[in-house]
Amino acid sequence: MKIAVCISCVPDTTSKINFTENNTEFNKEGIQFIINPNDEFGLTKAIFIKEQNQAEVIVVSVGESSIESVLRKALAIGADSAIRIDNKAKDSICVAKNLSSYLAENKFDLIIMGKESADYNGGIVHGIVAENIGMQFVNACVGLEISDDSYIIEREMEGGTEKVKIKSPVIIAGQKGLVEEKDLKIPNMRGIMQARSKPLNVLESENFDFIQSIEFNKPSENKECVFIDEENVAELVKILNEKEKVL
Amino acid sequence: MKILVFAENWDGIFKKSSFEAVSYSRELAEQNNYELITLCFNNVSEEELNKLSKYGSSIVITTNPIDKVDSISMSKMISDLTIQHDIKLFIFSSTYSSKMFAPRLSAKLNSSIFTNVVELPSSLNPLKLKKKVFSSKAFEIAKSSSEKNIIMLHPNSYGVKEFSSDLKLSELTTESNTEIEIINIKKSSGKVNLSEADIVVSAGRGMKGPENWDLIEELANCLNAATACSKPVSDIGWRPHSEHVGQTGKTVAPNLYFAIGISGAIQHLAGVNSSKVMVAINTDPEASFFKAAHYGIVGDAFDVVPKLIEEIKNIKN
Ligand SMILES: Cc1cc2nc3c(=O)[nH]c(=O)nc-3n(C[C@H](O)[C@H](O)[C@H](O)COP(=O)(O)OP(=O)(O)OC[C@H]3O[C@@H](n4cnc5c(N)ncnc54)[C@H](O)[C@@H]3O)c2cc1C
Repeated sequence: MKIAVCISCVPDTTSKINFTENNTEFNKEGIQFIINPNDEFGLTKAIFIKEQNQAEVIVVSVGESSIESVLRKALAIGADSAIRIDNKAKDSICVAKNLSSYLAENKFDLIIMGKESADYNGGIVHGIVAENIGMQFVNACVGLEISDDSYIIEREMEGGTEKVKIKSPVIIAGQKGLVEEKDLKIPNMRGIMQARSKPLNVLESENFDFIQSIEFNKPSENKECVFIDEENVAELVKILNEKEKVL
Repeated sequence: MKILVFAENWDGIFKKSSFEAVSYSRELAEQNNYELITLCFNNVSEEELNKLSKYGSSIVITTNPIDKVDSISMSKMISDLTIQHDIKLFIFSSTYSSKMFAPRLSAKLNSSIFTNVVELPSSLNPLKLKKKVFSSKAFEIAKSSSEKNIIMLHPNSYGVKEFSSDLKLSELTTESNTEIEIINIKKSSGKVNLSEADIVVSAGRGMKGPENWDLIEELANCLNAATACSKPVSDIGWRPHSEHVGQTGKTVAPNLYFAIGISGAIQHLAGVNSSKVMVAINTDPEASFFKAAHYGIVGDAFDVVPKLIEEIKNIKN
């Protein structure tokens, strides 16, 4: 069985968000990049499957050379090899089209992505790839089991969950719940040593110009918090009801 | 030119997000003299369909039953319709299902697709839009170079607006030979759905233990609000995962968000900072949440929340 885990490398969740080049680019100075949290659940799930079913796990990411340290971390967690598709990854369509070319040429039984990336929050790469390579796709997965030549997949939806059965191959987009938080794999010393000699191949990419980013800006700072005395809860309720009209 | 808006329903019922998408599309159509078509799938009663007209739908196309988890059939149906009607612009709300078939549709049509859009376009030719990025910590202005475009709205950012119009129904029959077998559907226990709620009552580790959530639920009940929690609270199992909000949980954007005994870590705020009004209740006057909140009470939740419940009951009666 062959599994591709597509990961996005995103700024650490505590990063300060600033822009440079006249507000046209995210300022990467001093930013530490990590595996996108939603993708981490997917990667751990793939390693669990590998441990039980002897799968080969390949991590794939579209990005510049700076993301290689993050790919090495994924190798240290247990992936067998890594592919970096060399591209600025400037928008979701560009990322999706480049992933599609690789995933169409290399057959996988299961492709795991994350529900959305923590930086641009698009959540559309998986759907575009699914269409381009003609696969079934389930988003926001909180459960995955293998049953012969099919997958039993549980997805989150508004007000509940839905469990479905789909024949292999399939693309899923994972999130917390696919594995439990406490079970997330973290690299150990042996993994880190092994990762150094695992293959990390770089592929060429294409550029696509569907969308042009014009500029970024930040929301205006919140006004000061209005403090209300704990003995005066009635005033808060009055404000919420009459001034803010939100009750 | 024609615009298509997808009005999603859940077991035959529309939600606020569907009406928001319809009113957004109607305003866009009126401003630019476009024709608006509303697509609605499955069996929806005429009474429910009539609600759409209040928010601006007139031409409504309904379809035979189709499973929304089947993104292949859903996107094919919409793309077939596009060919018949020469549609250039598509509007969706951001729901779990639309996020499966809208991107598929974009690949089929070779169109651009914009997510987390918060306003009407500032220009249509070329299409220019404002969207949220970096978990609402920034906005991006982006421009399309495509002839066809898909807009996915950020929830509760445009809001719902009323328009009067007459409904003209027509039916579309599509084939759906799904390869997906639905095993079961589980409804979550909470009375109010977190992603759609106007008011969210959220609590953190400051509540000390799961036995104290009666207080949180009572507050939520009298406000007809959904309940939510911080990540550690769901990690230790005090509350279900489906209530976890934040960067690694759900993103919510209600009109009113109560943060009770939540410190206000950056990862928590990332999922809730689109809320219109945020109220923090915390014993620690230095808690980070007070830097993000609009209103704050420094005090013990176990004293403040019962008072809050009492005062709210007073005004509701
Ligand atoms: C990669 C990553 C992702 C993360 N994602 C998320 C996420 O999605 N969502 C999320 O919530 N967190 C997330 N976190 C965790 C986050 O950093 C915080 O640890 C977490 O939000 C803290 O939860 P809390 O506020 O409930 O608990 P605490 O930080 O322990 O705060 C408890 C608060 O309660 C107050 N308090 C105590 N007793 C009372 C009382 N009687 N009355 C009133 N107030 C009281 C305290 O003053 C304190 O401010 C993430 C962390 C990382 C590293």
